[in-house]
Amino acid sequence: MLIPHPLLGPRDAQEFTYLGDASLLARPDGMAEHAEDAFSDHVYLRDNPAGVHRELWFHEQGDRSWLVVTRDTVTHEILGAELARDVVRGGRP
Amino acid sequence: MRFSGMRLLREALRGHTGWGPMWRDPDPDPAYDIVIVGGGGHGLATAFYLASVYGQRRVAVLEKGWLGGGNIGRNTTIIRSNYLLPGNQPFYEFSMKLWEGLEQTLNFNAMVSQRGVLNLFHTDAQRDAYRRRGNAMHLTGAGGRLLDRDAVRAMAPFLNFDAARFPIKGGLWQPRGGTARHDGVAWGYARAADRLGVDIIQNCAVTGFRIEGGAVRGVDTTRGYIAAGKVGVAVAGNTSRVMALAGMRLPIESHVLQAFVTEGLKPVIPGVITFGAGHFYVSQSDKGGLVFGGDIDGYNSYAQRGNLPVVEDVIEGGMALMPMIGRARLLRSWGGVMDMSMDGSPIIDRTDVGGLYLNAGWCYGGFKATPASGHAFAHLLATGDPHPTAAAYRLDRFARGHVIDEKGVGAQPNLH
Repeated sequence: MLIPHPLLGPRDAQEFTYLGDASLLARPDGMAEHAEDAFSDHVYLRDNPAGVHRELWFHEQGDRSWLVVTRDTVTHEILGAELARDVVRGGRP
Repeated sequence: MRFSGMRLLREALRGHTGWGPMWRDPDPDPAYDIVIVGGGGHGLATAFYLASVYGQRRVAVLEKGWLGGGNIGRNTTIIRSNYLLPGNQPFYEFSMKLWEGLEQTLNFNAMVSQRGVLNLFHTDAQRDAYRRRGNAMHLTGAGGRLLDRDAVRAMAPFLNFDAARFPIKGGLWQPRGGTARHDGVAWGYARAADRLGVDIIQNCAVTGFRIEGGAVRGVDTTRGYIAAGKVGVAVAGNTSRVMALAGMRLPIESHVLQAFVTEGLKPVIPGVITFGAGHFYVSQSDKGGLVFGGDIDGYNSYAQRGNLPVVEDVIEGGMALMPMIGRARLLRSWGGVMDMSMDGSPIIDRTDVGGLYLNAGWCYGGFKATPASGHAFAHLLATGDPHPTAAAYRLDRFARGHVIDEKGVGAQPNLH
């Protein structure tokens, strides 16, 4: 799999480490009511779709940036990649 | 039709014209007491134990494809009970005991072969860890012996003992472990369940659950609505998709695991051997092929096929452990979709929906668990209580903080 890095161009997926569902970027508020439940859901539950999936890849053997990669889990086709920091600043994890 | 030596002799004299189909191909009834979703090893075993041990007579197994076409036909056929943690080891030892009597129970040759499982260690720390594991095994009567380097050499002289980086210092040997014919297990359970009146309905995909008043009433399928008193789901890699139909999110990710087989060779490997310094496990099938595998690919996947970097990684492990494997030609490789749970251990439990039960999260250890998983799930479905050996496999253990994490890597499914 080749990941289209927004700064470096196409990079072999072997250079990356995989973390999983990009919704992990939306960390719950620890001071909110029922924060325990929110954190247990955040840590343990996943959507796990068959099809388009937004997921976090870390460019460990490259520029050490975190990317949000959009990928099809049925075909392994990669549909796009963006810097995770842009996604967070844009407010849409 | 019962298999026996006499029967074989009779058929041999009649030109083998008397063998009938091994199971019926019925249309679904409008209603059942218990519907099992998923006609793989665990689903078929559940149906068999429901009928044989718990006296349930109106049971159906719904399979979206063909019987045994999923992970039961895609694994590396290893059976063993060499776990460490108290939540796991009694369950896997229960499974091993069921394996030992399986062929008589099912009247079917599943080719269970207790040729031994050898886990190698390469450092002093690893020796300590395996000694501890061996003691945990002895607590459940699973047996096992810690072998020194010479004993391993006598058993498998072809291993790379003097590799500079990962010299072999010994191994933990479980002589009762071994292999079984994976398709035969599915066929044996299917045939035995069918003989007890279980309807096995193939090409029947579940498209939704009918839930009223917080309890399941039946399932919508591609072959129409089927009412059910209770529904048990055992669909491995598709667990998240099926349970999403009931509105549930689960502590599971689906990952692809690849496996490999070489051309047939003369007997060279005595049992199952695992590499302790990389992730590689190998055995030799009765047909002669070296069957081996390694890590999952590491990213969410429903593809039933993997990528080349992991092929390279697995082969590197094989070459590091037993350089002679480089002379064997690879015949096939394939992939299966694993339901990787957040702690690496399975779930056999009821759910928040009344009458809806879940059997999932087997990661890539589901094959060896097939008999106990079916037995424990049948116990839960029939009695409403967890089986004593599977009492730790609760769905809410993650929220309660009672995870069963053999490797201690945390909520990171691709590392289990």
